[in-house]
Amino acid sequence: MSEYLHPDTVIERAPLVLNGHGFEKITDMVCGPVERKAPKWWQIAFLGAASGALLLVSMLGYLIWDGIGVWGLNNRVDWGFDIVNFVFWVGIGHAGTLISAILFLFRQKWRMAINRFAEAMTIFAVICAAIFPLMHTGRQWMDFYLFPIPNQMSMWPNFRSPLLWDVFAVSTYFTVSLLFWYVGLIPDLATIRDRAVSKSKQFFYGIFALGWRGANRHWQHYEKGYLLLAAISTPLVLSVHSIVSFDFAVAQLPGWHTTIFPPYFVAGAIFSGFAMVVTLMVISREVFGMKDLMTIHHLECMNKIILATGTMVGYAYGMEFFMAWYSGSEYEAFAFINRAIGPYAWAYWSMISCNVIFPQLFWFRKIRTSIPAMFVISIFVNIGMWFERFVITVISLHRTFLPSTWAYYSPSWVEICTLIGSFGLFLTLFLLFLKFLPMIAVAEVKAIMPEADPHYGEAH
Amino acid sequence: MKKDVVSVLGEFTTPQTLLKAVKTARKAGYKAMETYTPFPVHGMDDAIGIKPSKLPWIVLICGAVGLASGFALQTWVSTSAYKLTISGKPFFSYQAFVPVMFELMVLFAAFGTVFGMLILNRLPRWYDALFKTKRFHTVTSHGFFLEIQAQDHLFDIEKTAEYLSEIGGTNVEVVKA
Repeated sequence: MSEYLHPDTVIERAPLVLNGHGFEKITDMVCGPVERKAPKWWQIAFLGAASGALLLVSMLGYLIWDGIGVWGLNNRVDWGFDIVNFVFWVGIGHAGTLISAILFLFRQKWRMAINRFAEAMTIFAVICAAIFPLMHTGRQWMDFYLFPIPNQMSMWPNFRSPLLWDVFAVSTYFTVSLLFWYVGLIPDLATIRDRAVSKSKQFFYGIFALGWRGANRHWQHYEKGYLLLAAISTPLVLSVHSIVSFDFAVAQLPGWHTTIFPPYFVAGAIFSGFAMVVTLMVISREVFGMKDLMTIHHLECMNKIILATGTMVGYAYGMEFFMAWYSGSEYEAFAFINRAIGPYAWAYWSMISCNVIFPQLFWFRKIRTSIPAMFVISIFVNIGMWFERFVITVISLHRTFLPSTWAYYSPSWVEICTLIGSFGLFLTLFLLFLKFLPMIAVAEVKAIMPEADPHYGEAH
Repeated sequence: MKKDVVSVLGEFTTPQTLLKAVKTARKAGYKAMETYTPFPVHGMDDAIGIKPSKLPWIVLICGAVGLASGFALQTWVSTSAYKLTISGKPFFSYQAFVPVMFELMVLFAAFGTVFGMLILNRLPRWYDALFKTKRFHTVTSHGFFLEIQAQDHLFDIEKTAEYLSEIGGTNVEVVKA
């Protein structure tokens, strides 16, 4: 009898679980952090993050109390940090859905170790994103006008407006992401329920595990459902940032009114989201000892996607400039020259260097697989992508057709604190996730191990 | 036969031995079987002999309802309930209705998938006889179980239990309601 050869060994794929851990060991590794007492560093980090979230709440309270005037917006630039942060956070979320849905359909097995993590990030990022448009309406207590809710004035929203499409896109995106995440969690919640020692843990995890027993008939519907969710999330994630880009592209403003926006926004969203996943993953795999499950190979795959999408974004920047010239419209040409050498040139060039230049270093395998290098580059990408939204929103708005309306926008301290606070909220939710839920999809990782193959150990 | 007996449960150590045991039991004539595993084991559906899931049909119907209701809502609002004149655009601008129709289709289909899956699986079911057995808690970590249910025409408590250990099952247990 010849020796058993797993398909992945035949074509020499890097193993996704290192050091030959068995099924039980993997359960222990992933459930450990949920079952142990929170470490010191977690408590300190949580304290810091929660103060950030508190800062957000107080800034929003101040905004509602005093009005939009506490922000630095003016008559010309009426979309500032609010919309910049909204697009930034929604974009961050896209990596999660890309990993959970699109890579699932493409049968990229390496996604199994990082999808839970990235999906959690999606949900928290969309929560942070939703705050900004809901707050920038000015009279926040009227926000229900955004939805088609029957009311005593018989008023209905305008369905021909991209801003309304956005309401539907973002709320659908949030709901579907949450469902997808929860469905993935059910078997793992059952794992924690079955391992729990205390009655309260058995009860709470038990409630959310819905009595999952791992029956084959259940797995059959479950796997089909998971595949279907992946299939419907794939066009959804592409639609969400396309619709966000319509908020700009449908307007007549030079710098906004371009057909390249939907694909350009989607590529940028995936770019920024992957950078955020890398930033958080580098830290978490270190502090939780998950290096055998979230391997360098995983990170390298992510960095390749950052390189690819970063190059697409760079192409889009170039194409925007080309079209501004090729269109022959003097307003369009001015908008772009103003980006590069106008009063906000510092923002434009920060964006170019962070998004176009630094990620190109990932062409080198040494840099792609070096933890410190990828950590620094991923932070650069995060910063660069925030600036991209600033460039698109603010620079396009501040000088338009009529020079007498030109103005300069600088954020007020309230806006800056709100941005910092939104990071606080994001990290608070993320730390709670790391503490209370399994950060790796246990059942999915086991299913892709060679030992799970029904033909493992047999001769060919 | 005792009335409160639900099934007989045997434990296996790997997905491979479990799959082999299912095939053997099937050949021996057992029909009412179920396996319990920490992750889906490929080939198990055919080995037990269950039909493909009907879930896609539920999702298709839900998606179609979402699409249709998105179209109906926008058409009714824009052409009759609340006519808004904006930049001279026609009230019935079906092209502009596409994004919301699409989003509602996805939303309804996603709800259909999740709740359809739960209903087909008869979940939530917080109480189950299996939870009372000694070894079953390992099923969500590393335990592989084969259950032969009492409604099987060949079922006999002692004989079936013996048969389960014969085909490689360990810690064979009688599951009582």
